[in-house]
Amino acid sequence: MSLKLDSKIPSGPLEQKWERHKFESKLINPANKRKFEVIVVGTGLAGASAAATLGELGYKVTAFCFQDSPRRAHSIAAQGGINAAKNYQNDGDSVHRLFYDTIKGGDFRAREANVHRLAEVSVSIIDHCVALGVPFAREYGGLLDNRSFGGAQVSRTFYARGQTGQQLLLGAYSALNRQIAAGSVQMHSRMEMLDVVLVDGHAKGIVTRNLVTGEIKSWAADCVIMATGGYGNVFYLSTNAKGSNVTATFRAYRRGAAFANPCYTQIHPTCIPVAGDHQSKLTLMSESLRNDARVWVPKNKGDSRPPSQIPDSERDYYLERKYPSFGNLAPRDISSRSAKEVCDEGRGVGPGGLGVYLDFADSIKRLGELKIRERYGNLFDMYHQITGENAYQMPMRIFPAVHYTMGGLWVDYNLMSNIPGLFVLGEANFSDHGANRLGASALMQGLADGYFVIPYTIGNYLAPENGKRPTTDHPAFKQTEADVRAQINRFLAIKGKRSVESFHRELGLLMWDHCGMARSEKSLTRALNRIPALRQEFWENANIPGDNESLNVSLEQAGRVADFLDFGELMCLDALKRNESCGGHFREEYQTPEGEAQRDDEHFAHVAAWEYQGENTAPVRHVEPLIYENVKLATRSYK
Amino acid sequence: MNLHLKVWRQRNSETKGRLVDYEARNIPEDCSFLEMLDLVNQDLLSRGDEPIAFDHDCREGICGMCSLTINGVPHGPSETTTCQLYMRKFKDGETIYIEPFRAGAFPLLRDLAVNRSAFDRIQQAGGFVSAHVGAAQDGNAILVPKTDADRAMEAAACIGCGACVAACPNASAMLFVGAKVTHLASLPQGQPERERRVLAMVKRMDEEGFGNCSNYLECEAVCPAEIPATVIGQLNRDYSVALVKDTL
Repeated sequence: MSLKLDSKIPSGPLEQKWERHKFESKLINPANKRKFEVIVVGTGLAGASAAATLGELGYKVTAFCFQDSPRRAHSIAAQGGINAAKNYQNDGDSVHRLFYDTIKGGDFRAREANVHRLAEVSVSIIDHCVALGVPFAREYGGLLDNRSFGGAQVSRTFYARGQTGQQLLLGAYSALNRQIAAGSVQMHSRMEMLDVVLVDGHAKGIVTRNLVTGEIKSWAADCVIMATGGYGNVFYLSTNAKGSNVTATFRAYRRGAAFANPCYTQIHPTCIPVAGDHQSKLTLMSESLRNDARVWVPKNKGDSRPPSQIPDSERDYYLERKYPSFGNLAPRDISSRSAKEVCDEGRGVGPGGLGVYLDFADSIKRLGELKIRERYGNLFDMYHQITGENAYQMPMRIFPAVHYTMGGLWVDYNLMSNIPGLFVLGEANFSDHGANRLGASALMQGLADGYFVIPYTIGNYLAPENGKRPTTDHPAFKQTEADVRAQINRFLAIKGKRSVESFHRELGLLMWDHCGMARSEKSLTRALNRIPALRQEFWENANIPGDNESLNVSLEQAGRVADFLDFGELMCLDALKRNESCGGHFREEYQTPEGEAQRDDEHFAHVAAWEYQGENTAPVRHVEPLIYENVKLATRSYK
Repeated sequence: MNLHLKVWRQRNSETKGRLVDYEARNIPEDCSFLEMLDLVNQDLLSRGDEPIAFDHDCREGICGMCSLTINGVPHGPSETTTCQLYMRKFKDGETIYIEPFRAGAFPLLRDLAVNRSAFDRIQQAGGFVSAHVGAAQDGNAILVPKTDADRAMEAAACIGCGACVAACPNASAMLFVGAKVTHLASLPQGQPERERRVLAMVKRMDEEGFGNCSNYLECEAVCPAEIPATVIGQLNRDYSVALVKDTL
């Protein structure tokens, strides 16, 4: 079967594409909406907002999450804020500027039309969230407050202290709750999707495992929406929640959904450095801190004096030095790479020399400790809990960590994958951030997809599908259920000696060393040689005790780690075949003399989408060219 | 450091549970409490035992999924959640009791994991503003004085972990319910449904089997999100007003 990547981008001028598409999209009358059943997997910003909005429109929605409540989804951990082109600050912002900043921030590897739509709906997101009662920060006059984020020279970020993700998610959760109470959404927690069911090539349901009882169950619907987040945990250590995983999207890939740009990974510059081998996750310190902090390392190699004893003249404020116009607010990929660079030079600070200072002393002098506490108090507290250090008195130590994944399942302008009826929203899709996401844009995209895009585009698929919903008695459901059961039995039959966790750690380290902040043909080839051996050992020697019919943490982990072991290989392969550097994908062979990423627009201004070909067969790389009609491809400069 | 653990093990809600002794050896001080349990679980696995089941997810103090009653206190001696509790708070050789969050409304699932879906059902009863997508006016058309916004935010910071219930001798959920009621009552957007909301949420809270507040204030003491007990005052006041109006 040859895979067709038709982006379905509407014709016409960029500014009119979305309006026109909305008008041309098929409508379903209110009485008919009740006849359609929609499955939503995942209840983060994208999933919860989609489920709530579709329920509100009258569709019959069934939603699933693996956590114990939809409110736990990892969107909740986003700290800094959400972008919107409101121009409330009168500082020159506009829809076009947000569009341009996002395209440029993504290093010219995203679709113009998708990004412009994102910028357009950004303003409605703020309005809607305010209406839901999200307690955004306010000025004394009662107006909404803004702050700045990396990669932008305007203040367009709306925030709720350092807990913007929490407040936006709880807003979407409240909207979801209203629909659950109204009976339009049925919610299932502690339920993990283990496969998608295809009937005549269309996604018509899923198979789940109840994480408490082990029950394997089929669910039929008219279409399936996956909003299952990113795959950062392939690195084991990341800022993702422990449960975040690639299983839903990867299993859809195995059923034929194309996986786009898996090598695009965002390494966030401001995280608390690793403390030891016991560490289970990394903690982010919001990028918003860079508004009031200066990043530096000692000028001299191996300077082990405490920071307070290093005079200003012997400090290197390297971001301000290298990027004078953006300074400490340089985008994430550039800031992370710069941190790596100074640490590689031997000027890093803290244990192992893997850290740089994030220093608030100047701001505290200028604004007072109280003001800083008001802005970032919870982050300083968190830093204190973890490190035992008081950042009001000494600079924080930070180091880059895996944070977000721009790649994901390929989708068209309607957010539908190449499998008809399978929609993919939020971080799980690939569409809007190109090769690097700007700060405060993940919340924007998740909510845009769920509140304002899918409610319009879903009709294009559903309208002609009226009456075609199969029941779970269809042989395709029986077969998929049997496949899921077979895999579980295979896990339980291994009865090996080595814990699933230790395989995950080993894979993570391998990925970080070979496919992390910098990659090369050599490192990627080495990783591609080593992953299959690790995978083989996993299937021969993983220790997965217990049974299926109970709450079995090892079994849950086994499924996720098995998928990461396959997925890691796909990621390395994608990184190896992209012979350029762009955004979060930095290939050592392709850099300018100053060490900046060197794109190759002639050969790589495209999306790479991978098609699964079966076990032990190399996947096929397909290409969707990226056509730029409104922006000029330029070398991304923040100097 | 080395620690003696007494951990609650229970296969499911049908079987009886008991405290089981474990030794946690060579635990680094910089390890979080959950990472200490990870190490114990690795040890259990290597000896062919099943690991201890406990809930957790974000491990940065915000998702509210981790629980654990440590030495009798929900979230233990941390100022935040269990996942943000670090082993440097304990002494070498100490004995630590680890139990689930206990309350009739939180049925046990396995070992240290409990079912807190009663909290979701209380929120479904009324913890929302009925605003449908597409209908909102401009965000700045609703002016919210900074003090009100701050008050709303302070209450909205609740992470829904359930420590308040586990700490309360009455297993009361009034801090949790009060937080949502106060959040929305502090904002203009929350006014139209204010009375309906408080009546519906309290009714559901009672139906789920949570007790009432008798001012022990243990909830405020253990709350990782620092929700002040004044939200219970707000809850009582709003409830009384709504009840009177409803009866009239």
